[in-house]
Amino acid sequence: MDIHEYQAKEVLSNFGVSIPAGALAYSPEQAAYRARELGGDKWVVKAQVHAGGRGKAGGVKLCDSENEIHAACDEMFGRKLVTHQTGPEGKGIYRVYVEAAVPIDREIYLGFVLDRSSQRVMIVASSEGGMEIEEISAERPDSIVRSIVEPAVGLQEFQAREIAFDLGMEPRLIQQMVRTLQGCYAAFSNLDATMVEINPLVITGDDRVLALDAKMSFDDNALFRHPQIAELRDKSQEDPRESRAADRGLSYVGLDGNIGCIVNGAGLAMATMDTIKLAGGEPANFLDIGGGASPERVAKAFRLVLSDQNVQAILVNIFAGINRCDWVAEGVVQALKELDIDLPVVVRLAGTNVEEGQKILAKSGLPIIRASTLMEAAERAVGAWKNDLSQNTKMRAVQ
Amino acid sequence: MSILLDRDTRVIVQGITGRMARFHTKDMLQYGTKVVGGVVPGKGGETVEAVPVFDTVKQAVDATGAEASLVFVPPPFAADSIMEAADAGIRYCVCITDGIPAQDMIRVKRYMYRYPKDKRMVLTGPNCAGTISPGKALLGIMPGHIYLPGNVGIIGRSGTLGYEAAAQLKERGIGVSTSVGIGGDPINGSSFKDILQRFEEDEDTHVIAMIGEIGGPQEAEAAEYIRDHITKPVVAYVAGLTAPKGRTMGHAGAIISAFGESASEKVEILSAAGVTVAENPAVIGETIARVMERAA
Repeated sequence: MDIHEYQAKEVLSNFGVSIPAGALAYSPEQAAYRARELGGDKWVVKAQVHAGGRGKAGGVKLCDSENEIHAACDEMFGRKLVTHQTGPEGKGIYRVYVEAAVPIDREIYLGFVLDRSSQRVMIVASSEGGMEIEEISAERPDSIVRSIVEPAVGLQEFQAREIAFDLGMEPRLIQQMVRTLQGCYAAFSNLDATMVEINPLVITGDDRVLALDAKMSFDDNALFRHPQIAELRDKSQEDPRESRAADRGLSYVGLDGNIGCIVNGAGLAMATMDTIKLAGGEPANFLDIGGGASPERVAKAFRLVLSDQNVQAILVNIFAGINRCDWVAEGVVQALKELDIDLPVVVRLAGTNVEEGQKILAKSGLPIIRASTLMEAAERAVGAWKNDLSQNTKMRAVQ
Repeated sequence: MSILLDRDTRVIVQGITGRMARFHTKDMLQYGTKVVGGVVPGKGGETVEAVPVFDTVKQAVDATGAEASLVFVPPPFAADSIMEAADAGIRYCVCITDGIPAQDMIRVKRYMYRYPKDKRMVLTGPNCAGTISPGKALLGIMPGHIYLPGNVGIIGRSGTLGYEAAAQLKERGIGVSTSVGIGGDPINGSSFKDILQRFEEDEDTHVIAMIGEIGGPQEAEAAEYIRDHITKPVVAYVAGLTAPKGRTMGHAGAIISAFGESASEKVEILSAAGVTVAENPAVIGETIARVMERAA
């Protein structure tokens, strides 16, 4: 789960990380008022969306006056911000964060991630802050400093000092940097984060070390023990279909194609998408219905796949181990009857209780296209879609 | 021979009184697995499928001589159960549970290092379908009937995709020495590399099949290990050629975030290491059959 910049800053500041003075606003008027409260004569207005690259996309504006704050907010509120991380549909701006501008001497990149090679938390830092980490590793790989944290004892001071000196920081700033690094690590490990990124971490003209931006992601599997973090979820920043799926215990990712997929198991779901592509089609989604799928869950999966207007054929691929084919077959029949689906539906069943499952499909009298192997299923789904498409075109021509 | 699990391995099931655990305990017993006990704190003295239940893993090991354990415990408590097994002297643990917090798994892995290597428990999973040595024993949730006994060693991250591969092999009359699920989580007990090493040493394994997916450095690390240390032919398939970058595809571990993590990059790295790559999931069985003929 991702949270907003202002939320991440509040979380990190509770762990001793210094941040510039700032305040949240839900309207242009409130933003101007907040700026007056903060004082000073330069402010930064920042769109709060769950994506990086806001600056280049026009989601961060430096303002000298209340009028400018109004103008910047008018442009942001209600708009969709499209950055290289949001996809073409963009993300809605419903909140802005107003911050007092600070004089910047240096920018540093700082990231905490779960490193899968060492299976520990890794700190990644670079003296080239402000650029994205992908750019830094492509253009200035020599500037990157890495350090792995021993989980039994946590981040040690010497490690934090090493990072600070490797980044070329002045001795008088080292203590502040140590406090920042240890604060980030404590937040990461105490709150089950999967990512903390401060880019840039800045050194100001008056020798302060401040987190100018902050991003945090949390482990969905651990939210049960952090209700205060779970509350920070902002559904306006999620794909509505994906959040609806997650609320129903299904794992869904929307794609651009037109063959809807309903599969059990993440690996098999990806393999099914690959096979559809091989057969000349494009998958409309990734969908894993998981183990122990009841007929109700299968019906829910159908509803979810059909909520995508681009879907023109559906492929169900179930290899039952923990699942049972007869249950899945019942779910398919139930869904087709209830939802009155007029798209071609291809079903491939294998594994536990496969014969019973096939019988249920055959007895239903519904026009279900059956397949016995993965390749056959993909070919039939693509074939049915193309067929359906040409028929529709013909009908349109007749009309 | 087979790896990790054979006919005589004595097995306990942690969390045996749950609905799923009961169902699969019965299934494992029917397959011939020596399930000798179960563990649920507070339910010692009960029985499930005529198998005695104990309060602690230590008690279960003392009473039954169990060497292997299957963890079916819900996510918030699963890490604790794995550490309990490691401490009680269990040699091999399979964790089925999906949804364990990543930092709990970091702690588990750190904890296991308190034991010297020759006493350290081997863990596969979490979030996997388990391990099967066909015709001998089953420690997991896979449908046993889709596997024939034979000489292909399978290692896979995904459960159902592993079934797909086994079914394609069975169709061609090809059997499996052992199939090991290492699971779809970012922090897991054993890597491809750990299991590859065991198959290399196993006489009954002639060909190794590796079924990977997008995300993480494990396939690339395995490729390097295969190039330098594995003499047996290796066949691989990597799922997710059509997966978009930066999105998590079901498995928490299936997200492309760096070089070498996309399916096409993994295919390239594996091919360069001498691995025969099945280009799509429909030809996994066919590719293994071809490599076996060539090796024979």
